[in-house]
Amino acid sequence: MKRSAVFLVVSLGLALPAAAQKKYDPGASDGEIKIGNTNPYSGPASAYGTIGKSIAAYFKMLNDQGGINGRKVTFITYDDSYSPPKTVEMARKLVEQDEVLFVFQTLGTPSNTAIHQYMNMKKVPQMHVATGATKWNDPKGHPWTMGWQPNYQSEAKIYAAHVLKTKPNAKIAVLYQNDDYGKDYLKGLHDGLGDKKSMIVKEVSYEVSDPTVDSQIVQLQASGADVFFNITTPKFAAMAIRKTYDIGWKPTQYLNNVSIGIKSVLEPAGLEKSVGLITLGYLKEPTDKQFEKDAAIVKWREFMKKYYPDGSLIDNLNVYGYSVGETIAQVLRQCGDNLTRENVMKQAASMRGFRVGTLLPGVAISTSSDDFAPIEAGQLQRFDGKEWVRFGDVVGK
Amino acid sequence: MKKNILLTAVVLGLACALPFLLSNYRTFQLTLVLVYAIALLGLNILTGYSGQISLGHGAFYALGAYCTAILMAKAGVPYWATLPVAAAVCFIAGFLFGLPALRLEGLYLALATFALGVAMPQLLKYHHLEQWTGGVQGIVIQKPDAPFGLPLNPDRWLYFFTLAVAIVMFLLARNLLRGRIGRALIAIRDQHVAAEAMGVHGALYKSAAFGVSALYTGVAGALGAIAVQFVAPDSFNIFLSLVLLVGIVVGGLASISGALYGAFFIQFIPNIADEISKAAPWAIFGVFMIGFVYLMPTGVAGAIRLLTAKRRSA
Repeated sequence: MKRSAVFLVVSLGLALPAAAQKKYDPGASDGEIKIGNTNPYSGPASAYGTIGKSIAAYFKMLNDQGGINGRKVTFITYDDSYSPPKTVEMARKLVEQDEVLFVFQTLGTPSNTAIHQYMNMKKVPQMHVATGATKWNDPKGHPWTMGWQPNYQSEAKIYAAHVLKTKPNAKIAVLYQNDDYGKDYLKGLHDGLGDKKSMIVKEVSYEVSDPTVDSQIVQLQASGADVFFNITTPKFAAMAIRKTYDIGWKPTQYLNNVSIGIKSVLEPAGLEKSVGLITLGYLKEPTDKQFEKDAAIVKWREFMKKYYPDGSLIDNLNVYGYSVGETIAQVLRQCGDNLTRENVMKQAASMRGFRVGTLLPGVAISTSSDDFAPIEAGQLQRFDGKEWVRFGDVVGK
Repeated sequence: MKKNILLTAVVLGLACALPFLLSNYRTFQLTLVLVYAIALLGLNILTGYSGQISLGHGAFYALGAYCTAILMAKAGVPYWATLPVAAAVCFIAGFLFGLPALRLEGLYLALATFALGVAMPQLLKYHHLEQWTGGVQGIVIQKPDAPFGLPLNPDRWLYFFTLAVAIVMFLLARNLLRGRIGRALIAIRDQHVAAEAMGVHGALYKSAAFGVSALYTGVAGALGAIAVQFVAPDSFNIFLSLVLLVGIVVGGLASISGALYGAFFIQFIPNIADEISKAAPWAIFGVFMIGFVYLMPTGVAGAIRLLTAKRRSA
């Protein structure tokens, strides 16, 4: 008896380290995982700051439920006021002083561009960055950086495919914001149309500082186009939708996903003026009536009330924050006890159809070692005056 | 006098020792402090000494930064060689802007420079310039390694490089401001009619002050770009100009050492504010600002001057 007990202990002692060998990089230990983040809590883009706050709230909930594989998440987030030099400073603080395991959801295209090289040189994951630029999907050149949301180019390509299928003789007019975001979309649209690029009869841009886009809309109408690509951020989207309706122009209008908030964009534009808009959805819109009793949205609302009571229940950025939280929690669960930076990257790059409840039905997260674009699918949806009605199949990968 | 030399030696010794005592990240922050100090010195020459308020010095900072970034990334010029170019470009830009701006006084000048500061980020996005400026995407540049096989990592090397440039710039400013030219500028600020009566060429001095001020700020921008390794229009919005003005007022107007105190303030106080409250970091920053201005109405430099004077008389 005694002997067998000794044998058992010895064999367990031998077997355990082999089966559950714990490996840690800076920022991870038996009791803790340190994650860093920068967000614009102040400055011109501070409306996005709610993403950082909702992620912090998500981790608080996660820790209350026992953490991930017994480890609590410490989420360190700094204000960068959307200023790239400040992002560099804060990212360095996170990596060199706070010694986080990785940074997560750093927000903004210019800010992430500023730390792109640094993170890759330091071999610290720049995980699920909060921007839709296409350049984050570059596993060969920048193996330590990964995006999350569908990138602008793939979204535009889906619209292009839809036009080619439904209106092959369309005349297309485009309004886009004159920056990297607008141009990224435009490139996707051009690529998607391919040799039918001549379908575009007019392209007009606006600056973020423009007071209105009225004159642009009039120009686009004058081009005689019957399809309108509305590549604008929320404030301008509302103005463009209203002006289009008011001057009696009735094109098939594609609105980019950035601006599909019902309360934030369509109501200010006028719900009756928004009827017929087409967009690509991937996230459940919290103000959409059809999700009123949806299990995931109900759960999200409870989470908001308990952990982020100051947060807005009509702001889809808070659904976004919750959804990225779910994603990274899954990545860390997959890591098990091997919490090295390399393994975090490896696990993030091996998601197979992972479902987050707040994503639209049929949309899942899939990555591989040569595909660093987690969400590439969505479903086209049309606004009927009250809610977004999905139609057709889930498109994209 | 001897005491002063001793003090300078101690400060310099400390400045040289610090990077070896601190982490790379802190060294990087200190490099930024030096960069801001040069920029603040430039603004102080204009606002503190010659009494012209500028709300647009971020534009010259941006100009210097872009000169360096474009030369390094597109023309392959070594980083140190870009500094004189940035200096020259900014001097000319400042001098030319100073000529018409001379007709404006006080608040009107402040508005004109404000316009410059607001316009700069958009000019940088102008799409005919995009092949050089990189548009909104900005330009990524490489961090220089230490030359001659010096056993310093890039952060430390850049700190010492910046320190050397800063010392030279401060010595030049000291000679400039404590001599004839400095006195002439102060005379114009305090009583421009009397100054002209004494033979000071007001217009020339004021434009020159604008030029030199822009030169300093431009050099700071160039060094800042090398340290941060990235320039983009969003890096140089109007806040930068305002924060620079805050820096010289908190540090001490018309004071050379004030530039350094101001630089510490604008580098570290926003970080402290962020740590106190994520909900309203700028409100906390405001409290600090009011506190400083209330407790030290002549800036940190002024307060130190008062303290030492008191001790001497006691």
